[in-house]
Amino acid sequence: MTGQQIPGVQGVGGADRRFKEALAAGRFDIQRCRSCGSHFFYPRVICPHCGGSEIEWVAASGRATVHSTTTVRRKAEQGGDYNVCIVELDEGPRMMSRVDGTPSDDVRIGMRVSASVAGAGDGAFVVFHVDGRDAQQEGAR
Amino acid sequence: MSHPLRGAAAIVGVATAGIGEAAGFTATEILAQASHAALADAGLTLRDVDGLFTNTAVHSHPALSIGEYLGLRPTFSESSSIGGASFVAYLITATMALQARLCDVALICYGSNQRTALGRLEAKSGSQSYEAPYQPRHPITSYALATARHMHRYGTTRAQLAAVAVAARGWAQRNPEAFMRDPLTVDDVLSSRMVSDPITVRDCCLVTDGAGAVVMVRAERAKEFPKAPSYFLGGAMAHWHMQIDQLPDMTVTAATDSGPRAFAMAGLSPRDVDVLQLYDAFTINTILALEDLGFCRKGEGGAFVASGALAPGGSLPVNTNGGGLSCCHPGMYGIFTIIESVRQLRGEAGERQVAGAEIALCNGNGGRLASQVTALLGTAATL
Repeated sequence: MTGQQIPGVQGVGGADRRFKEALAAGRFDIQRCRSCGSHFFYPRVICPHCGGSEIEWVAASGRATVHSTTTVRRKAEQGGDYNVCIVELDEGPRMMSRVDGTPSDDVRIGMRVSASVAGAGDGAFVVFHVDGRDAQQEGAR
Repeated sequence: MSHPLRGAAAIVGVATAGIGEAAGFTATEILAQASHAALADAGLTLRDVDGLFTNTAVHSHPALSIGEYLGLRPTFSESSSIGGASFVAYLITATMALQARLCDVALICYGSNQRTALGRLEAKSGSQSYEAPYQPRHPITSYALATARHMHRYGTTRAQLAAVAVAARGWAQRNPEAFMRDPLTVDDVLSSRMVSDPITVRDCCLVTDGAGAVVMVRAERAKEFPKAPSYFLGGAMAHWHMQIDQLPDMTVTAATDSGPRAFAMAGLSPRDVDVLQLYDAFTINTILALEDLGFCRKGEGGAFVASGALAPGGSLPVNTNGGGLSCCHPGMYGIFTIIESVRQLRGEAGERQVAGAEIALCNGNGGRLASQVTALLGTAATL
């Protein structure tokens, strides 16, 4: 694991904590294995591709393609319908996420999307916006 | 030379209890009723059981709780969980334990009263932490995402998916034990309530109560019991992921790995199979299993099921009890694939009997398309 101090990331701990602390600081970082060169998500202390333990953090490009998408139906009084998707990051890994700024029924597989950090603190998480549409960022990057 | 587990053990007793609604009963009570009945089916009692293979959604240490309740003192027990497929996996471990003489009578058992107790799926595994912010509806959203991907990649349609539910209902109408037996059409499925696009409520398995039990013994003793034995011919398990985003290709399950290994152990191929029991948590499950086990080519599952092949009178009888979509789904359906296979191999399936069924395939599914366990069972003629 990287031992270097990362700006805005305090203290010690594992990959999960490192990921969440970066998110809380408004950054979306992912991991890359120094042994096999693969990027992966979610955060781990070993590489799921080769079992290697020499892993570094890199800033995610934030560029991704919608790999699959669904609209979860929910009663209006409970907040209404919402999007859940799988995006494939340009670096290779896939992650579950949500497309914001576009009606869920208009989200299509193959759409190009870009990441931003929504929420704050312990509740921060990565969402995506469709490129060329409402590109309003919900959090600092 | 055949695999040492091929034909090493046989199922000599099966039973269900509390299928549909078991109001007023606990999960453990109907599990015990099914176990008692399966042992009676084999001419045995709980006193004879020394191997326990069990899992539920309500016990943290299922073998301990169930063993105590049933008054057992097992010499071998197993309750590792790979989701709803666990019980098909227990066919493999029970055969191993019997062959190794770690036990002599293996009881595989399960029960759930989720419908009358909760009215929804009862599961130990909720959202994983990296999924939680997006509020996927577990497990439906994961299957919806896989379904959408299959539709995108192969042109599979909602009407083709609906054909899976219609075929299952056709069989359920021939099964007095099935929970839902009203007529069902493709249009009914398409117009039913959307839950997580493209999955409607009729693309989803039922939420029922139900318990099941299976009794296995070594093959050398199998003919001593009242009912015709169903022999374990082959089995294999595989799993590659837990969260759906970690499945390398969301249109290809680990059944592409478990299936060929199970067939190799059995010395059989898909064309040898007379009847299939596929874990149909959602309509996409049946399509993926047919493709991944080699009953049709990848991407052609939609057209295959829409041809009517799976339904009564079709060329490939699938889920002859009505499946999880129409018979029962108490949360972990795997054991019911075994029980229906045995009933078919014994010729006990009444109006839904597949004539001359000698070889049955069970395919268990667990988690979010994650664990896949394939098992082949056969009559004495297949040894």
